[in-house]
Parts: sequence; structure tokens; C-alpha cells
Amino acid sequence: MSELRSFFLPDVGEGLTEAEIVAWRVAPGDVVVVNQPLIEVETAKAVVELPSPFAGTVVSLAVTAGQLVPVGTALITFEVADGVSAVSALKPGAEVLVHREPVLVGYGVAAETTARRARSSRGEPASSASAPSVGPVLATPPVRALAKAHGIDLAQVPASGLGGVITRTDVEAFVKSTRVHAEADAWSGPALAAERIPIRGVLRTMADAMVRSAFTAPHVTEWVTVDVTRSVELLERMREHPKFAGIRVTPLTLVAAGLIHAVRRSPRINGRWDEAAGEIVLPDHIDLGIATATPRGLLVPHVPYADRLSLPDLAQALAQLADTARSGLATPAQLSGGTITVTNVGVFGVDGGTPIINPGQAAILCSGRIAPRPWVVDGSLAVREVMELSLSFDHRMVDGAIGSQALSDVARFLQDPAVELLLA
Amino acid sequence: MAVDGGPELVQLLTPEGERVEHPNYALDPTPDQVRGWYRDLVLVRRFDTEATALQRQGELGLWASLLGQEATQIGSGRALAPGDFVFPTFREHGVGWCRDIDPLQVLGLFRGTTNGGWNPLEHNMALYTIVIGDQVPHAVGYAMGLTFDGASDACVVYFGDGATSQGDVNEGFIWGSVFNAPVVFFCTNNQWAISEPSERQTRIPLYRRAAGFGFPGIRVDGNDIFAVYAVTQAALAAAREGQGPTLIESFTYRMGAHTTSDDPTRYRSGAELEIWKHRDPIERVKSYLARNGHADSRWFAAVEAEGDELAERLRTGCRALEAPAATAMFDNIYATPHPRITEQREQLVDYLASFVTPAGSR
Repeated sequence: MSELRSFFLPDVGEGLTEAEIVAWRVAPGDVVVVNQPLIEVETAKAVVELPSPFAGTVVSLAVTAGQLVPVGTALITFEVADGVSAVSALKPGAEVLVHREPVLVGYGVAAETTARRARSSRGEPASSASAPSVGPVLATPPVRALAKAHGIDLAQVPASGLGGVITRTDVEAFVKSTRVHAEADAWSGPALAAERIPIRGVLRTMADAMVRSAFTAPHVTEWVTVDVTRSVELLERMREHPKFAGIRVTPLTLVAAGLIHAVRRSPRINGRWDEAAGEIVLPDHIDLGIATATPRGLLVPHVPYADRLSLPDLAQALAQLADTARSGLATPAQLSGGTITVTNVGVFGVDGGTPIINPGQAAILCSGRIAPRPWVVDGSLAVREVMELSLSFDHRMVDGAIGSQALSDVARFLQDPAVELLLA
Repeated sequence: MAVDGGPELVQLLTPEGERVEHPNYALDPTPDQVRGWYRDLVLVRRFDTEATALQRQGELGLWASLLGQEATQIGSGRALAPGDFVFPTFREHGVGWCRDIDPLQVLGLFRGTTNGGWNPLEHNMALYTIVIGDQVPHAVGYAMGLTFDGASDACVVYFGDGATSQGDVNEGFIWGSVFNAPVVFFCTNNQWAISEPSERQTRIPLYRRAAGFGFPGIRVDGNDIFAVYAVTQAALAAAREGQGPTLIESFTYRMGAHTTSDDPTRYRSGAELEIWKHRDPIERVKSYLARNGHADSRWFAAVEAEGDELAERLRTGCRALEAPAATAMFDNIYATPHPRITEQREQLVDYLASFVTPAGSR
């Protein structure tokens, strides 16, 4: 005889509620021994391997890599020889949680247990106002009165109090929610779809990187508005030039060139904070990161050695970079690293912003949209192509003087790129 | 990286299993004694491995691994005389083993089925202290009490490298020193106070701190059971003879995580771990036994088999540990009945009895 046994995700770190499945070490059909590694999971604290509590044959795996599952979720089912394993406590299904309540720390408090003790009739008068309710409802007399005043069946109200007691706040929240629902139900126009988006992969990476940067690097953001009419004209001439034949030339090309130009004069904005060594590291080249919106989320691929490229080569590299990132073909090497970053929010039709620096880098340049604006030229108003630029920098590495210098260098470049390129 | 114990490190058995002599610590254990140590080392490591697995399987809330510190614990634990008293941290599973505390009693604490696990007076070992360094003043007080009683016993208190930064530990040193208390301060320097390296606790080797307090300090190779045994035995003898405290710094390495809630790969290098792997406390005793013909492969296999039996006993035993009755919490508050506590207990009993259990569950 043999029987089926399941193994449930334990709380492996004192009060954790969930874990992400990293990888399975076994497959259905595998014969496993006690304490053989089954699965790798990542909690908020660590990546850990869970060893098998059973000896037997794997029947099925209930979760897959990448899934975020709550503590108590069934992970795997085994067929074990009857009576061979001494582990008798575990049976498939929610029953195990029932059995283990009051729970061991390792299984967390099982919220879905059916073993919550019902009050005996001796202990509590049943709520007469809410006759159809199945189990006895726990609430103090004033709360019952409040529910009655609102014509609410207490059995419908989710309880938040200790031991399942319905509190005054619970009733008030329920009243509010039903009122809102009544109004909402009457609406026949377009409605939003509720959704829960798992935070993992690119999204998780972005979130972690932004938090790390925002709360370690003291950010300063400066901005400048610049007349880029000459840049726009130059771009048109470049597009017609044989050297740029077949290359997508965009304002980003000149913004990138302008930033490279500025780094040459203020290399500090291309620096890296090395906490362990207690040093600011200035590289001998620029790996130019470009913040790119992709179907997977925000990626920051970079153009290596961007400072050693001619303008046509730079334009081509930038165009390719975006294509590769959006198609999901960018290599991890392309997606990490980078010594300084450009984020071009202008493509979304906005004027600018205060970007968050890529962790470890010293600065990020944000370029806004180019739009015709009234502008004073030689004392009289003219319509000019105008753009806003902002530079966020890590004030540990870059002080106001250096940051301002760098930003105004980019601005001056875009104001008259041909001259700056000639003089470079 | 703190990997080098320095010239004053007391070592009697090299990592290769070769005996070396030390002018202050002559030791000539019988083959039986060394075989006994080896068995202890293997079994506590097995105990530890099994407990770690049980935690990962959800059977324990937490586990503090002793991996790498087996010689430190067994060496010092076996050096104790029956009348000596031990004040442990929460990691001294090997010392408890030497004091005849059943590993299942220890697992009960980490499973949450007991607040202690054993009767300290039965085993001459206090309960685990989770608060860092708290046990040092306790031990010094106990040792002072031994003097007042005219007893000829001593006590040993364990603490880690991180605890040496605690006020309690330093206060304990002062009291122990000025009252010439029969206490051995046993510092397990496993190089890491959770994620803080020992360089962040001290600018000088820890054992040298003893000089400032006025008692001897010795650094011993914590992975060498011969040396730990000899040094602890000498320190205990000195304490019993009225020579006051000794600080022993057992220079070892925490091979695993601080506890099962910790991930050491986030803060320390694999290179360090590799260096210490070559200093394994068990391998060197095995080499010694094999080289001197004190044990053969059959004997080693028998010890392994004994380890498997222990592991199975712990697996089944741990899962069978029952949570105590809710009223058990009132049992050890006062030595004699107390009207307020009795009233509270009765209230709780009534309250619990007022529940009905739905059919089919529990």
C-alpha cells in the first residue's frame, strides 16, 4: 500500500507570509530521499532550499518557477510507502492546516482554517437581527445596535477584531462600501478593470533599483530651458547627408552627443560610488545608458564606449539599442552597467521631470519634448523650437557647481551643436 | 578577513591531524577518549543538520546552526566536571549534548512547545539566553555565590564575539575580576556577529582585552578539540583553585548562517568560507584516529550509522512534540500557589470551555 502526501510552503524565516518559487530540483516521477533538496524559494530574507520531509516518488508539482505563493500553499505531492515515513501529520488539502492549529510558527497563522471555534450557545446570544447567518456572529451590543440602525446583516460584515469579533470600524466600513457600490452599480459608462500585477522580473528590478537609489543617493535636480532651433535644423541636414543614409536620426542623437561633450569637461558626472572601497571611481570612457520603455517594463541598455563613436555611429548605436531592448534580445551585459544615463521623456509629449539616478551612477539627464514657443531673440519675440533639460545628480559625488556646469554645457551644445562639434 | 589566529594561537592538533606540543598545555588523551570526542562531534553535527532541515520543512520556527563550531563546544563541554555550571547562548547545542540534554529538549524550544526545554538544576546548565551577553553577569553572580558557599566548583559562560561589545559582558568581566570569581569567560569568536565582522568589534585580538580587566586571556584554535579541551580544563582548574577568571577566545568560524532567518551570502565572501573549510574540526580528528590506528573504516561507518539513527529519532520525535496546554503558562510563575494567578487560570479555563468544536475538525 502507498498513500499520497503533500508538502506545504512553510514560513522559513520568522513571520514571512509568502515566497517566490525560484526553481524546482525534482520532477514528477523522481524518487526522492528524506532531506533531498526539493525546491529553491526566495523569501524577503533569503533564497533557501527546502529539503524533502518524505521519502517517496514525486507525483505532481503544484507551483511553477516565478510564482509568488502564500505560506501554507501545497507545493508538491508524493506517493509514499504506507507506514514507511514517520511523517504522519501531513495530509493533502486544507486539512493539514486544521490539524496543525494552533499553528507552529513554521506554518504561520492559518487564516483559512475551518477549525475556528464557534461559541457555544451558552456563551453568546445569537444575533436575532441577522437570522439567516450560518455561524454565530461575534460583536458587542453597541456594534449590534449600530448594525441594526443601518439595517445590516452582521453575518455579511468582514470581522477584523481579535478572534473574529466584528468591530464598530468594520460596520462603518461595510456601510460605506455598500453605499458606494449602490452608486457604482448605476453607472453604465466605460469602467476600469481591476487587476493585481505581480511584482517580479523587470518590475521588481526597477522597483529595487529606484528605492536603492532614491534612499541612498542624495538627489539634486536642476533644469534649464534651451532654444534648440539650430539643433532641429542640424538634424534635418543630417537626415539628408549621405553619411547618415539609412540611419534613424532623432533629437536623442544630439542630446547624447551633448551629454558626452559635457562629461569630457565635467568627468565627475560620469563617476561611480564605490561604497566598499570608499572611493569615487571615474572610468576612462562613457557607457551611455538609455532609459527605454519596453513591453517588459523599463530597461536601461547602454551603448558601450559611446564617447569613442563618430556622430553617425552614435546615431546608429542608439537606434539599434532601442530596437534590441524592445524586442527582448538585449543581453544582461547590455542591460547592466552604464556609467551615465539619458531618459528621454520628450517622446511621451511632456516637458521634463526629475529623474531618479540609476543606482551607483552619478547623474541622469532628462530631455523633454521640443515644441515651438515664444522666445526672446536679440530683444524681440520670436517663435523658436524650445526644449527643457533637467539633470539629477548624486550630491555625494557632484556638487552644485559641477552639476550646473555640466547641464549648461549640454544646453550650450544643443543651442548651437554645429559650432560645438567643430570646436570639440 | 580575520582568518589568521596569529602566533599566540594555542593548537595541539593541526588541520592535517598531526599532534603538536605546547609548553603550557600538555595533553595525552587515551584513544578511547578521542574516539568519544569524534563520536560527539559527528553526532552533534548530524543533530544540527537535521534541525536545519526540520526548520526548512516548517517543523521548527527557527534554528541557530553550530556548523563549524563543533570542536569549540564539545572540547569545552567535555572539559567540564560534573559540578560545574554552564551558562550558554542560544547556540550551545554541543555543550548541552555534553551535559546530557536530549536534543529533542532543545528542539522543543525552537518548535515553541516549551519556553525552556530542560531543568537547569538537573543538567547544571542554564536555559538558552537569547538576549546577547545577558548571561555573563548571571554567571559571575553564580560564581560569586559558589565562593560564598565555599564550594569547589566553577562555572563557564559562553558568549560570542559580538557580545564583547555589550556593556553587560564588560561589567561581568569587572565583577568577576575584582571578586576573583571562579568563572571561565568562554568567547566563541566565530568571526561574525550576524553580518558584522569581528574587525568591527575590536581593534586588538579579543583575548588581549582580558589584560585590561586583570585576568589571563588565551586564544585557542576553536577547530582543534584537543586544544579547546586542554585550555578549558586548565582555566576551570585555575578557577576552582581560587585563581579567578580566565578569558578563552575560541578562534573558529560560523560555517552557516547566523540563524535560518539569515542569508550570509549577502555580506561575506565565499573565499573566507573556503579557507575555513580546510580547517574542519571533525576531519582532523578522523585523520588523527586513522593515522594512529585508533579506528578503522568499520568503526567510522558505525558512527555514521549511529548518526542516521539519531537523525531519524529527531525527525519523528520533533514532529511528535505536543504543544503544552494553554494553562501551562501559569505553572512556573510562583513557586507556591498565588491567589491572583489561580483566579486568572480559572478564568482562562472557563473561557476555553465556553467554545464548542465543530464536528469533523481537530
